[in-house]
Amino acid sequence: MSPKLKIWLMLMPALTVITLLFLGGLLLGLARSFNYMPVIGLTDPNVDAYIKVFTNPEFYQALGLSLYIAVTATALATILAVASALLLRETFPGKRIITFLFQLNLTIPHIVGAVAMLFLLTQSGFLARIVHFFGFIERPAGFPILIYDDFSLGIIIQYVWKEAPFMGLITLAILQSMGDDYEAVAQSLGANRWQRLFHVIIPLITPGVMRAYVVAFAFTFGAFEVPYLIGKTYPTVLPVLIYYRYTDVDLAMRPEAMAMALVLAVISTILIFTYMAISRRFTRVD
Amino acid sequence: MAKDTMTMTSQAEKSIVIRRKKHVRRWIAISFLMTFLILPLIPLFIWSFGFNWFFPNVLPTRWGIRAWAYVFDPTAQILPALWDSLVIAIGTVLISLVIGIPAGRALGLNVFRGKRLVEFLVLAPTIVPPLAVVLGIHVVFLKLGLADTLIGVILVHLIPVLPYVTLVLTGVFANYDPEFEDQARSLGAGTITIIWRIMIPSIFPGIIVAALFSFIISWAQYVTTLLIGGGRVQTLPLLLYAFARSGDYAVTGAISVIFITPGILMLLFTSRYLTGKNQALGGIGR
Repeated sequence: MSPKLKIWLMLMPALTVITLLFLGGLLLGLARSFNYMPVIGLTDPNVDAYIKVFTNPEFYQALGLSLYIAVTATALATILAVASALLLRETFPGKRIITFLFQLNLTIPHIVGAVAMLFLLTQSGFLARIVHFFGFIERPAGFPILIYDDFSLGIIIQYVWKEAPFMGLITLAILQSMGDDYEAVAQSLGANRWQRLFHVIIPLITPGVMRAYVVAFAFTFGAFEVPYLIGKTYPTVLPVLIYYRYTDVDLAMRPEAMAMALVLAVISTILIFTYMAISRRFTRVD
Repeated sequence: MAKDTMTMTSQAEKSIVIRRKKHVRRWIAISFLMTFLILPLIPLFIWSFGFNWFFPNVLPTRWGIRAWAYVFDPTAQILPALWDSLVIAIGTVLISLVIGIPAGRALGLNVFRGKRLVEFLVLAPTIVPPLAVVLGIHVVFLKLGLADTLIGVILVHLIPVLPYVTLVLTGVFANYDPEFEDQARSLGAGTITIIWRIMIPSIFPGIIVAALFSFIISWAQYVTTLLIGGGRVQTLPLLLYAFARSGDYAVTGAISVIFITPGILMLLFTSRYLTGKNQALGGIGR
């Protein structure tokens, strides 16, 4: 057997699964979005679903809300991640336990994170009780509305809570592989702490952090369960809207659901290419 | 002379003060970070043992094990869901390893034409939201009788799992020396013997890490199970959502605690491995 054939044989099961399930799923969704699916008797493709989607203000609201949540949550997570990485980079007693606790959220599924925020952040939740205990509020109504709220704050807090450790660990790895020579040089040239941070550290870690940002952003943009549990029903994010349309009792809504799902996939694919372009442009840090 | 000694001591004192100040500042920052990350998890545990717990009590006024008794009640729906979650996750682990090991070997040990495209295909499902893929699959799975079945759910779990298993194993094989296999072959060992006696034992730690990743990703799946399982396949996260919505916070807390346990156990074993250098971190982390 030629070595080349052997390589492709070893790749075949994985490529088959990805082609059939992943690409197949996308293509079938595409066909259905054009109302074309011969197996169930639909042989006359049309673009009605797309016209409906792109003329529906609810779609734009959902898209806007999804983008707003993803941008805000990922930006806040990035700031917290970089700050945490700078903190955890140093050596101090108890570092192993702190690092373990920092990693803990990585293993917590998003749905549990959403439940945790529900318990913590409602107006009669755990945090409200603590705030009451210290005498800051009298009644639950004194606590800000953070769950099912207009600004999706609960959802954003949950994403920051979950993503900051993920991005923080990536940033930490970048900082460690960078070493502290650059900073030492900057310091010997008279740069103070803040100058070293803004003119040395941040420019050096930006490419790697940007990649983590894209991965986290793409995830939050397409994630379902957190807004499904602790978000408003209307307006809602794009994935939840897609789910509602798909599971609507009116089956005629399904092509619309598929069309929106494909718009979601296309936006995410644009993100992949951005991601690839970034990784290729800059030297690899891992 | 005396004056010199004096300035030196005061300088040393000053640097000690600065260091101590830095020390205090660091611990304040770490405390804030840890509070943000850990505080949300605490109510989950408290709720699971809470009998009466109303605003403004910071702790329950009556404790009890009602929720835990209910969770382990064989006539309740939680144990069957736990069982289904386990069967699905273990099934996903086994299939993804059988497919991922050869793929990881092909990608980790070889440079070949089309490798970039293969890597792109493997990575693509990590960026495109599963929802966009699953809707298309659902139509076909309904036709094939795979919808609403455990097998169908395992198959869709492969979509988010396989990329990360392949990534982990590609990394493992990149550090694997196939030289030993040639030596064994020259001593008369057959392919099966080489795989079982040489390859599997030497990459075993990597297989365990890939298996743990695979388990945790499948374990946390929500929307894929919801759609393909069609309400017939009830896994733990689906039940968690139902209980959170029903307002039975005690049982919700208990399910959450059970649900996060495998991840925390995994972290105890793989804490060192879960660094930002690990490309597969995104599988569980983001």
